[in-house]
Amino acid sequence: MRVVFPFSAIVGQSDMKQALLLAAVDRTLGGVMVFGDRGSGKTTAVRGLAALLPALPVIAGCRFNCEPDRPSPACDGVCKHAGVGTTPSPVVDMPLGATEDRVVGALDLERALTLGEKAFEPGLLARANRGFLYIDEINLLEDHLVDLLLDVAQSGENVVEREGLSVRHPARFVLVGSGNPEEGELRPQLLDRFGLSVEVRTPDTLAERVEVVKRRDAFDRDPEGFSRAWKSKDAAIRRKVAAAQNRLDAIVVPDAVLEMGSRLCMAVGADGLRGELTLLRASRARAALDGRDAVTEADLRQIAPMALRHRLRRGPLDEQASTVRIERAMDELLAA
Amino acid sequence: MTGADAQAGAAQDRWADAMLAAALLAVDPGLGGVAIRAGPGPTRDAWLSGFRALHTADTPWRRMPPGIGDDRLLGGLDLAAALGAGQRVLQRGVLAEADGGVVIAPMAERMATATAARLAGAIEDGAVRVERDGVAERLATRFVLVALDEGLDDELPPEALMERLAFRIELDSIGHRDALPISATPDDIAEARAALAEVAAPGEDAIHAICSAADALGVWSLRAPRLALRTAAALAALEGRDVIERDDLSNAARLVLSPRATRIPAPPEAEPDTAEAQPEPDDADMPQDPQTGGEDDGPDDTDRGQGALDDIVLEAARAALPEGLEDLWLATGAVSRAAPARSGASGARLPAARRGRRIGTRPGQPDGSAGLDLVETLKAAAPWQRLRGKPTGSKGSLRVRRDDFRIRRFEQRSESTVIFVVDASGSAALQRLAETKGAVELLLAEAYVRRTQVALIAFRGEGADLRLPPTRSLARARRQLAELAGGGATPLAAGLEAAAILGVAERAKGRTPLLVFMTDGRGNIALDGGAFRTRAEQDALNACRRIRAAGLRAALIDISPRPRGEGARLAEAMGATFAVLPYVEAGRVRDVVRSLED
Repeated sequence: MRVVFPFSAIVGQSDMKQALLLAAVDRTLGGVMVFGDRGSGKTTAVRGLAALLPALPVIAGCRFNCEPDRPSPACDGVCKHAGVGTTPSPVVDMPLGATEDRVVGALDLERALTLGEKAFEPGLLARANRGFLYIDEINLLEDHLVDLLLDVAQSGENVVEREGLSVRHPARFVLVGSGNPEEGELRPQLLDRFGLSVEVRTPDTLAERVEVVKRRDAFDRDPEGFSRAWKSKDAAIRRKVAAAQNRLDAIVVPDAVLEMGSRLCMAVGADGLRGELTLLRASRARAALDGRDAVTEADLRQIAPMALRHRLRRGPLDEQASTVRIERAMDELLAA
Repeated sequence: MTGADAQAGAAQDRWADAMLAAALLAVDPGLGGVAIRAGPGPTRDAWLSGFRALHTADTPWRRMPPGIGDDRLLGGLDLAAALGAGQRVLQRGVLAEADGGVVIAPMAERMATATAARLAGAIEDGAVRVERDGVAERLATRFVLVALDEGLDDELPPEALMERLAFRIELDSIGHRDALPISATPDDIAEARAALAEVAAPGEDAIHAICSAADALGVWSLRAPRLALRTAAALAALEGRDVIERDDLSNAARLVLSPRATRIPAPPEAEPDTAEAQPEPDDADMPQDPQTGGEDDGPDDTDRGQGALDDIVLEAARAALPEGLEDLWLATGAVSRAAPARSGASGARLPAARRGRRIGTRPGQPDGSAGLDLVETLKAAAPWQRLRGKPTGSKGSLRVRRDDFRIRRFEQRSESTVIFVVDASGSAALQRLAETKGAVELLLAEAYVRRTQVALIAFRGEGADLRLPPTRSLARARRQLAELAGGGATPLAAGLEAAAILGVAERAKGRTPLLVFMTDGRGNIALDGGAFRTRAEQDALNACRRIRAAGLRAALIDISPRPRGEGARLAEAMGATFAVLPYVEAGRVRDVVRSLED
């Protein structure tokens, strides 16, 4: 296992870190899209996330990370006799240039050629089951692959019909995309499918910038030592995430907060119900992370930009003022 | 000293820096690489052979052809092994082959964003991950990238790549007589590499000095200060020291930060009282707490020491600022931090329906227009080998039938929407409108084949109207265009604005908008309806720039009987094709549109 920069050592970027943690607490939020400046630590944050996720109970050796009592129909009988084990929550990095057969899975070519057997070889989607799938530079990915990924992310199942194979297996994962808007925008239809959307910028105070460079330099010189130094901080976040996952179902959303959510969505003109739903779920996850039992207006206020910013109807030549619009609406509603 | 001598001296200094960059890259490949801006010629060749001479003979040296495909860049299935022995073997791509060596990328200014992203990823991770054609592997590779940039003007290699290369050097201004060979040998480099491991980590003061110089120069990405610090360490190693000294930092700032500068820092005299070197007076764009960075520092005297080091490093960087930055500064007032130097060209880089990209395969027979996809064909044939009588486990030939053939499918280019924006003002309006209608009808008559849609915006009097929403229907177009009226004032800016909005909306639907303006370029109504010629002109120019920024393709047809240059100016501002057609003629207009489509 390669050593990655510890999540807890990332300076600033609180929006991005929070969105990722919320998605880890409530995996049904619908994924996270991170847009932002080059060199602002997008990839670092997602890769660091792996260390914060609680281990998964699985069928030992299962290629689809299946839950112990729910083997996938695609498992060729192996799973029935296997014991129970645990595996680290997968955070699968999708490399640029990946071909469709490796993403969805395909015929095992070697077995087919030498043994004449028709066997399914699982792809990246199988490996990401019950974990995270990360696509850097998502705006450079071929459209048909993005469509396919979003479809699977939503249905939770990967259906493969190719090369005479007919296989379906569970593929429930949290999709995390990142990109630089200067290299091309994401189609609005796709953007809307992500639960949360955050914008990151390079820190602009000198003190923060010095701190980023200092930590990065320390990590580059001694990755193992640096990670050891931050291990307990990472562990503390991991415990918080696990506790929040357990608490999530018990979180209460008061009617007044529910109503405030609806009014906010109407006020900013966020299209569709998806925004409202995400807003409430993410607010709940935030309360859970905070160790509280109920959602408050403050949760709503803090979550609203990341849950709604990418769902506003925008004039085509509008600058990126969505966040401002949401904050203004929030102020008006709360003042009333 | 004569002026000519000074010039020769400056050229020699630049060459010395260029060769210093070569030595540093040889010592620490983690510096990513170098972008060399120069035409092909003896100076560039001298640099390349000088760089080669710093490496041992067995160092991998790969040239990456422009337009290289993923199978050769990243790697993929070894077809010979698969067909011959039925084995799934990875064939390494150029990046993996170059491990421990050098990749040369010619014509880097034309490099596709997608290719740049793959290179950048490999440099960043020190590895290539291959998930292609049934093979999955992670190949560690550490190479130095030499991007040969032959671009003119503001044509530059993709920023995602430039960002990861420590050095940018320019060789065109150096005559080949000044390009003297370097005296260092591979042995010297090996010695410096050994020394590099012993160089102590940069102190807080060094990090502070580099970061504050980067800030002052408007270098925002944090990769730049990191690369500068790495460079400082390599400089110390080259001299066999294990401590980074002040000169190392100054030299690193000059080599790494100066070429990236987006603004000129104020001279240090401007703020004699500030201990912190943050010379950013009058910069309203960036509110910055003057206390920042000083909070957790020690007592005053260390602050003063820090300030002095900051100043020295910044001064070194300032002295090496590239020529022309001054002009940039004057022209733009302030360079905004969100949009670095290439913002002007960013519009063209929007992925406006990339054409001809491979998106998969389908069964079929290969012919001139559709190529055979070998891997997919192989996969299609594989499951049937036993049935076709090939003994299990045997090696040798594969039995492939016609119906196994898979051909490559290419992405359809997206359909276009031609948006006509017609000046319907003034006395000549009726004549002009009639001709435009002819052009619209002609295009629609052909649109059946080309799947083009046509829309028409007319502007006259107080504003612009969408007279014909995007349509492919000839009948509908005829009906709606029949009622077009003309005459009145010229709200040109409103017309431009309306076209931009419709264009962006069409693109959001996945179509390719093409704007065709037919005007003499002389607006007299401002956006807010006021009849002020200067403001009207300013509004029109601004709208043009927005069209360019949005990356919309456009053509401007100057239809005035005696063109006076306004049309040409607007066309330039929006990056549009420009044509003069005093007598609008349907056929000619159609030709302009066709030229836009291709």
